[in-house]
Amino acid sequence: MVTAMTTAYDIAAGTPDPELPMVTVADLGILRAVDETAAGVVVTITPTYSGCPAMREISADVRQRLERAGFAPVTVRTRLAPAWSSDWITGEGQRKLAAAGIAPPSPAPRRNGPVPLTLGPRPAPSCPRCGSPRTRRTAEFGATACKSLHRCDHCGEPFEAVKPL
Amino acid sequence: MSTEHDNPYDLLGTDHDEGHRWAFGTGFTDPLEGVDTSVPAALDAGALARYCLALGDDALIYSHRLQQWVARMPELEEETAVANIALDLLGQARMLLARAGGILGRTEDQLAFFRAETDFRNVRLTEHEDRDFAELAGRLLIFSAWRLALFQELSAATDPVLAAIAAKGVNELTYHRDYAAQWVVRLGDGTALSHERMQTALEALWPLVGELFRPDADALAAVEPGMVDAVLDTVLTAAGLDRPDAAPLAAVGGRAGRDGVHTEAMGYILAELQSVARAYPDATW
Repeated sequence: MVTAMTTAYDIAAGTPDPELPMVTVADLGILRAVDETAAGVVVTITPTYSGCPAMREISADVRQRLERAGFAPVTVRTRLAPAWSSDWITGEGQRKLAAAGIAPPSPAPRRNGPVPLTLGPRPAPSCPRCGSPRTRRTAEFGATACKSLHRCDHCGEPFEAVKPL
Repeated sequence: MSTEHDNPYDLLGTDHDEGHRWAFGTGFTDPLEGVDTSVPAALDAGALARYCLALGDDALIYSHRLQQWVARMPELEEETAVANIALDLLGQARMLLARAGGILGRTEDQLAFFRAETDFRNVRLTEHEDRDFAELAGRLLIFSAWRLALFQELSAATDPVLAAIAAKGVNELTYHRDYAAQWVVRLGDGTALSHERMQTALEALWPLVGELFRPDADALAAVEPGMVDAVLDTVLTAAGLDRPDAAPLAAVGGRAGRDGVHTEAMGYILAELQSVARAYPDATW
């Protein structure tokens, strides 16, 4: 039930991510803007990676939640610039990821000039289960575009991490 | 509930429950939906379309080549890597073809599936068939080092849509290039056999490098060969590999991939890529 205090932003922001359902599209920084206009609600979202297959589902989910809450018509737009960064994941989003056993990303590199080549290992994320910093990367690319695979040398558990981007 | 469907595949291509689908990743919408796609007045729209088509074709054809490796990789971790890289490039291809198609009045699917070989503008490096994992690693290193340098330049392009696509691509290509570079070093600096095969792979690939730097009248940015060479030389030195001294693959009457002149491999790629869409032109997915 919609109360007077519930805004279109609150409704849209509560949409879970289809691939990481423990966090919302607002937690991930995918939701960029929700504008309530005389002509309806305009939602702006941005893809994490160019090939992200979840954009269509996110768009349908946000639209459905808003329409069920009584907002209409709903327009969902894509915004490409500036490119999404894992730094946009909120503190709350990082806590939820860690609680689900997914290591949150380290800060994304800030660059000026040519992108430096990385031939050695990147800094290893701490284990989201036992907290040990003694972990190793087992794969740079995981089950989704935004994650890498790791193993903890202390507790022995494998885990995923969101890649800094 | 409709009883017309006696085959679950019939349901995969349609919407249920207010825009949702049963299968994830089906039901494509315009990747530039809601993006301002007007062409800046100072730009030649035809040239911009041709250039976006060229960059989109590079990504589309190379993504297809990488997809052919899926289910053939030596380890599961490399399988997910190649699949993810192919997916990133497919995403870049979709946005670039949509940018070109918006100007040309064609959809991304029409451009991908219903053009003839001579209308594809990809460089010939992207259509090469990797004969082993060393060629996969070497080709990915060359391609991603070149495309990363080019996309960095294009991030400031006068077309804001192309600039945004390029800026996003830079982040992805950085991961692709590092992945390839680390494998080239591992193979080059590995056993005598892996070293020999990595060197042989580079010898086979090097004739395709020169074409990347051919002048292109439609281009909105250019990359100096030296910028890419510096990266490649860093990797080859770390790997203990020699830089090949191979002559570039000749153009045909002055024409190469960007002009629609391709190697024999291209016909086979398009036959596979386009056959379903051409056999079932009304199909949805």
